[in-house]
Amino acid sequence: MSLLELQGVEARYGQVKALHGVSLAVSEGEIAAVLGANGAGKTTTLRAISGTVRRAGEIVFSGHRLDRLGPEAVARLGVAHVPEGRGTFMELTVWENLRLGAYIRRNGSFKADTERIFKLFPRLAERREQQAGTLSGGEQQMLALGRALMMRPRLLLLDEPSLGLAPLVVREIFRILGELNEQDGLTVLVVEQNASIALAAAHRAFVLETGRVVVEGESAELREHPTVRKSYLGY
Amino acid sequence: MSQFLQQVVSGLASGGIYGSLALALVLIYRSTGVVNFAQGEMATFSTYVAWTLMDHGLGFWPAFVATLAIAFAGGVAIERTIIRPVENAPVLVVVILTIGLLILINGATTWIWGGAAKQFHGPFSTRPISIGGVAFSIQDFGVIGVSVVAVALLALFFRFTKVGLALRAAALNPGSSRLVGIRVGWMLALGWGLAAVLGAIAGTMAAPSLFLDPNMMQTVLLYAFAAAVLGGLESPIGAVVAGLALGVMLNLLGTYWDFVGGQLRLPAALAVLLGVLLLRPQGLFGRMTVRRV
Amino acid sequence: MRTLTLKLALFAAAVVVVALLPKLFLADFQAGDRFGKIGAYFIAIVGLNILVGFSGQISLAHGAFMAVGGYTTAILMADHGLRDVWTIPIAGLVAGIAGLALGLPALRLSGLYLAIATFGIAVSLPSILKKFDHLTGGSTGIQLFGSPQQTGHGTGVDILGHHLGPGDWNYYLTWTCGLLLFAAGWALMSGRVGRSLLAIRDSEVAAASAGVHPAFYKVLAFGVSAAFAGVAGSLFAINVAYVNPDTFPIPLSLYLLVGLVVGGLGSLWAAAAGAAFIVYLPIWVQHVSQQAPQVVYGAAIVLFMLLLPTGAAGLLTILRRVSSKEVL
Repeated sequence: MSLLELQGVEARYGQVKALHGVSLAVSEGEIAAVLGANGAGKTTTLRAISGTVRRAGEIVFSGHRLDRLGPEAVARLGVAHVPEGRGTFMELTVWENLRLGAYIRRNGSFKADTERIFKLFPRLAERREQQAGTLSGGEQQMLALGRALMMRPRLLLLDEPSLGLAPLVVREIFRILGELNEQDGLTVLVVEQNASIALAAAHRAFVLETGRVVVEGESAELREHPTVRKSYLGY
Repeated sequence: MSQFLQQVVSGLASGGIYGSLALALVLIYRSTGVVNFAQGEMATFSTYVAWTLMDHGLGFWPAFVATLAIAFAGGVAIERTIIRPVENAPVLVVVILTIGLLILINGATTWIWGGAAKQFHGPFSTRPISIGGVAFSIQDFGVIGVSVVAVALLALFFRFTKVGLALRAAALNPGSSRLVGIRVGWMLALGWGLAAVLGAIAGTMAAPSLFLDPNMMQTVLLYAFAAAVLGGLESPIGAVVAGLALGVMLNLLGTYWDFVGGQLRLPAALAVLLGVLLLRPQGLFGRMTVRRV
Repeated sequence: MRTLTLKLALFAAAVVVVALLPKLFLADFQAGDRFGKIGAYFIAIVGLNILVGFSGQISLAHGAFMAVGGYTTAILMADHGLRDVWTIPIAGLVAGIAGLALGLPALRLSGLYLAIATFGIAVSLPSILKKFDHLTGGSTGIQLFGSPQQTGHGTGVDILGHHLGPGDWNYYLTWTCGLLLFAAGWALMSGRVGRSLLAIRDSEVAAASAGVHPAFYKVLAFGVSAAFAGVAGSLFAINVAYVNPDTFPIPLSLYLLVGLVVGGLGSLWAAAAGAAFIVYLPIWVQHVSQQAPQVVYGAAIVLFMLLLPTGAAGLLTILRRVSSKEVL
């Protein structure tokens, strides 16, 4: 059963239309990747889901219509969006950033969750009282991910986690994603320019071109797909 | 020497009032990016509300608490109805809007209670108290105490509560705040509510000595601006510290420098304001924002 | 070129209207007096527009510049016996210099900070005026009633063979200056200075890299706009024949800015609308609510900013766009 389904989603920035009818479906417990060139509309797709851009069309998440909701309401339904640029609260400490992730949670178990995040990302534990702005790029990415996980989301939207990061760090992040997906059944929709690493980590993938899905399928299939190979994998 | 100490203490009392109002300005600036020119009038209006309650037989402290609650509600209401539509408007539009609000509230105050000055009976005795042979005013100590307690409670709220953290987050990064489920709009309204409470505190503390009339807080507003800028418009601690310092400094200047005397206090504050803006625009505690070309 | 001809035609029409208005509509002295005041505010707002609309710097201190002009005129007339007309350019010059002096430090301030600083100036001016009473006459101020030959008050003036009654003299003096300054301002803003200011307003960095010196033009804008305000203050003082700290009160600076924004930024003719707004709204509001005119006035400003932030001029633009069926 699809956890997330998009039907004919359009989105625009002012007068400029960025999505021209995106349709895709993500099943529960799956890692799905959104690939495409710059400007294809990958980031916009995530924004459309989380409600941070003007959109039209149908977006259904676990039976709820997201397309009519604002970002706060979407977040409260269990969708965590790690945006482009990570959206870290730079002036707040690491601990405060994580604490904010647990804002909507009623039960008081955020302390236990914070410990779990620190175990996943030991580097963050070392820097708990440090201002988030002083962290390195990789650490900030981990913090952003940690903050999203504190929300105990059912769906994680990740925008370009590899951007500006060293390959080793990127691999670590995707490894952790895979672990969370296997152990907790976390559903992930990740936007990536780095197609090879995305296809290695994801079960399914969608390729966007000028605001539309042009190719979709299981990662193994896409890796052999001629257009995908030529345009995005380089061979 | 004794005169010096007296002036310092009474300066701290005035400074407590300036600092409270300055803190209100900073609070609103940090959360909504607006400089609320109507802050003084809102404070005056709240003080009149307190006066009315006391006139109907309530003691000071019950009236005080009720006034704070009413001020809070008023601040929230104003933000939700009037400020929210112009959240993203150009600076000039928002400035004019709060000026319009200034005129409106001032007019409302005059309309409801008339323009004649009223006596406001504060909670603190006006008898002097002798410490180490120097005569001080109990009222001054009372005002200092109330200001310190108010600011301390607010600081604890921001530092240690979930909502306080959310308010800080909403002010720093509204986009990311929404993504974690914070209702940013209501956080901003909360900021305005708290600022209105601070204004009410400043007003009720000032009224016993300033005499309650519709224009009571206009000069206090200028002092509060000077303090807020001196402390750094982004810095709550700065606003309070600068307020206290300004109160003391203006008192000492007025006492020991004839040229300033009693008449040029306002221009002296202005001089401080301009001086800070020119020499160190980020204030004592603010951070310099570098514009990357 | 067509727009230029159109604008010149409109200006000519305005001149005709101004010239004929007293004969056609203003039978009573009160209206003439008010129109004289509107004229003074008009000049101040045109000047303020150069600063705020074109160079993008906020000033809440223009009431203070009017005061500088007004007091200069009063002092020159009372203490030095100058004829009123000759004090006008001097008042403008003095205020202009004050504007340049303020413009220099203003370079370091932007937006809100500048608003706060200029607000501070407006609020503290009365105290300063009262303190230096040997020059300014302190709280009582300076009155010019006793010198009709200088002011034309009460007796009227003979000019070019015609005799003008006192109300008319005031009106024509004010509006002649108004139209002249409007034309000067318009010419200035249509030319290189105006374009430079607009470039600076939109992006200082881009303008600088194009060879326009932001500092020079921004300070110049302050000086010019202050000079306009000074002339306005001078005319105002001549109109009412006295100055004291309450002639140019704190709210005046606020009202000037309000009038500018309500009329519409960046549009010179709208300055007239704004000036009329400031003068007439308080009067009209008295009819609406006897008890609480100020409340209605404040509410009107708030509503204007919520509903029509681009002012009356903006409304025209909207109407024009709608009527030309531009697809949004």
